[in-house]
Parts: sequence; C-alpha cells; structure tokens
Amino acid sequence: MLDDFLVRAGLAAVGLSLATGPLGSFVIWRRMAYFGDATAHAAVLGVALALATDLPIGLGTLTVALAMAVTVAGLSARGWAMDTTLGVLAHSALAFGLVAVSFFPAVRTDLSSYLFGDILAVSRSELGLVWLGSLTVLGLLVWRWQKLLTATLSEDLAHAAGIDPNRERLVLVIALALVVAVALKIVGALLIAAMLIIPAAAARSFARTPESMAVTAIILGAVSGLGGLGLSLWQDTPTGPSIIVVAAALFAVTSVVRRI
Amino acid sequence: MPELPGAGMSLPGTALIAAEHVCVRFGADEVLHDISLKVEPGEIVTILGPNGSGKSTLLRALLGIVPVAEGRLLRRAGLRIGYVPQRLTIDRTMPITVRRFLSLPTRVTDRAAADALARVGMAGQEAEQMTTLSGGQLQRVLLARALLGKPQLLMLDEPTSGLDQPGEAAFYRLIEEVRHQTGAAVLMISHDLHVVMAASDRVICLNGHICCEGTPRVVSTAPEYRALFGLGTQGALALYRHEHDHDHDDGHPHHHRPQHEHDHA
Repeated sequence: MLDDFLVRAGLAAVGLSLATGPLGSFVIWRRMAYFGDATAHAAVLGVALALATDLPIGLGTLTVALAMAVTVAGLSARGWAMDTTLGVLAHSALAFGLVAVSFFPAVRTDLSSYLFGDILAVSRSELGLVWLGSLTVLGLLVWRWQKLLTATLSEDLAHAAGIDPNRERLVLVIALALVVAVALKIVGALLIAAMLIIPAAAARSFARTPESMAVTAIILGAVSGLGGLGLSLWQDTPTGPSIIVVAAALFAVTSVVRRI
Repeated sequence: MPELPGAGMSLPGTALIAAEHVCVRFGADEVLHDISLKVEPGEIVTILGPNGSGKSTLLRALLGIVPVAEGRLLRRAGLRIGYVPQRLTIDRTMPITVRRFLSLPTRVTDRAAADALARVGMAGQEAEQMTTLSGGQLQRVLLARALLGKPQLLMLDEPTSGLDQPGEAAFYRLIEEVRHQTGAAVLMISHDLHVVMAASDRVICLNGHICCEGTPRVVSTAPEYRALFGLGTQGALALYRHEHDHDHDDGHPHHHRPQHEHDHA
C-alpha cells in the first residue's frame, strides 16, 4: 500500500498535522506567528548548508532552524523589539538561503519544491521521518503539557509553582525547529507557518479548553492535508499551496459558523 | 518550588518564611534596601506602601521570581505557597474554562475543584470561560486555585485592585474566613489604607525600605506612616473622608485619596 505515492502523501499530511495542531495552538496563544515564519524561512539556508557539506537535507534544515529559533528566543528574552528583529531575520534568512542555494545548479531547477513543498514525491524513508519527527514533537508537548500551559498563561504563576518559563519556551523552540525540518518536504518553507497557524486558528472557534483546540487543530490539519491533495489531483494545482487553500477555506467557514 | 538562595536553612523560631537584610537591584537601581521580615503561621500580614515603593518586587523576591542581590531568604522546608497575582490577562485566543484552569499546573479532582469554588463563592461556575469573568470573579477563581494546593502561606499581590468597594470588603472577609478555616498565614500587598488595616494582624509599611511595622493601630499612629501617606496633622480627617467617599458605590473615580507626599531619602 505504501508503494502508492498518493497513500504516502496522504499519510505524510496526516502525520504532520499531529505535530502542527498542538504546536500551532501554542504559536497562536503565545503570539509567535512571525517567530514561526523566521524559523521556517531559515530552512532554505539549511538546504544550502546541507548541500555544501554533503549532509542529509533534513539535518541541515534542522540545524539552521534550531539556530534561528534559539537566536530569536534569546533576543526576545533580552528585550529586543521583536517586530523589527523578526522582520529583519525572517526575510534575511530567506534571501540568504535563496542566494546560497543558487550556487547549486541541481537545486536551482528544483527550488520551488523547497519553497512550496513536494508532498507527492515523499519516499518511504521520508514518510518514516515525517512520522518520527511529528510523534517526537507530539510526545514532547504531551509530556510538558501542564507546564507549557501554565507558563503560557502566566510566567509568574509558573515561577510560583516552581516551573521555569524559560525552559518551557526552549521546549517550544526545539519543537518548532523539528516541525520545520519535517514540514519542509510537505508544504515548503514559505507555507510552514500557515500550516501551524491556520488549522489552530480555525479550531479556536469550537474549542472550550486548550486540549480540545489542539485536537480539533490536528483534525482540521489532516482534513486540509487530504483535501489539498485531492484539490491538487483534481485541478492539477501545486500541492503545498493547495493544502493551505483548503485550510484557509476551513478557517473561513468556521469563522462564519461561529458568528451564526 | 524553585531553589532559593538559602532556602531550607534554619528559620528563626516558628516562622514560615523570612527575609534577612534583603536587597534587590534592577541594574544600578536599588529597589529594595535591607528588608528583614518574617511571617508566622496563621497571621495576616499586609505590606503597605505607595506606588513604586517596591511592594510587588518584595513579594516576587519572596517567591523567587526576582533574584536577590544581597541578604537571604529563608523558607520552612517543604513550605506550600499559594500565590494570587495582581492580575491575570488571558489571551483571548486561548479557550480555557474555570474548571480547566483550576487544574494548572497540578491536576485536581472534580470534587476538590467544586469545593474550592464553593469556598470562594463561585459554586457551579466550572464551565465558564476564564476570559468572560469579571475582575472580582477572576480574583476569586485565582484564590480558589491557590487554595487547591492546601497552602500554609497565601501570598496575594493587591488582590482587590480590580474590585469596587463592596467587592473589596467581601474579598477581605473571604481571606479572613479562609485563614480561620485552613489556618493558612496570609501575606498580602495593598496600597489601600483602611479596609486592609481592619483585616490585618500586622502591617509593614514599605517605601524601598521598611519604614515601620506593627499592629494596624500602632502603625496608623506612627509618624513614619503618616509621613508616607501624607496624613499629617489632619490624618484622622483624611482617613475618615477617604472611607466616606468609598462608601458611595457610584462608580465615580475617587479623587480624595490622601496625597502620597513623603520625603524618605
């Protein structure tokens, strides 16, 4: 069954949403949307780095995404103006990445697959990595769930309960870098942040607890993934953007349903 | 509990928590200077001081949120503290019910949650969203959450800052009730003069350093206290007028707060 590229693509989309649902919820609660963008854009630079050093692409993107995420988290803890800092870092990372990648002619022709993903070309081993990475992120978040939620609600309440908010922030930063490395193949560097934010934002309409929001975000993410795959097959559209189009449509529908 | 410098070291007598010659600095600014205090089991202690006097910083230092530059903090080993922050702003993007909130960070049973809510006068409000609560309701839920940890010491940072006068009086009555029922000591902050005075066993006047301390009666007649709150020679009248104004619960802003004139170096 795994021989069918469509089955692999569908499974990859579902696997990814296991991580993006709960992590995306935190990105929304903590207003880290731009932070996610900066980390995701850095992944293109990671591709160039991996090619230059003959490392696996996944390892390159993970390293650079992690470096970017830690840098941004560090600057933010030191009180830099985050809007400006992230604006500079997110777009510079993308620009540097695109310039660096252009030195590798083989990639040059294939650039759009890193920017917009290439879910239809997911191999068996890549599918395994997607699930491994997503389950790791999901496990990490479930393990720290109570502490992460407390630290997100109030750093003071966390402190008073013996929880170090900085450590919990680091957990999210690591999870974000992992998701970026995993999602690059599926939705591409430009749309990873969308995959984090849009399903979770749509889930907000129905949710009454943090847990129900995270679970609904997983479901909506999976539906977007499968729906986008369908749309892409039916209309011969690029798959990554099609997934986001379906997610955005779901968001619009849930927003309207909520008003009624 | 976070490791505090000196935490768990020998405490003087029966005290739950103590500060010895504590200084706190933000950069070159010394916000708190040579603070020594202790809280005994079952007593209600209020820290009183004008805005910017370091009240919140002192409480946060005692909790281990703000690092201490000099001196040391002592805690009875295994001390359970319930903390009620001055305010809690929950982002509207986070859906969370009162019931769910009570289970953070330690999960509690439905029964325990219901009991805690009943004790603070919020019985049956489990399903409410936290973001829809009024200021007074939120304070009560925060108190309920603090009580669920069965604290030996409750620390409250201006717990009534968002409440109107009747709400404030009711909240302090509730605190006294809790102390009576659970035997927990209470250390709270206020910039308010009279209601707090009535509810406290001991008052500490703070303005960067401890100006004076003692029973409410002793403190209210101390010259340092009068200087701090600018009551001067007409102190009794100012105190009376202040109370009088607050009794009108008409939502008008109170302009008659005694002037915060003082010349502490």
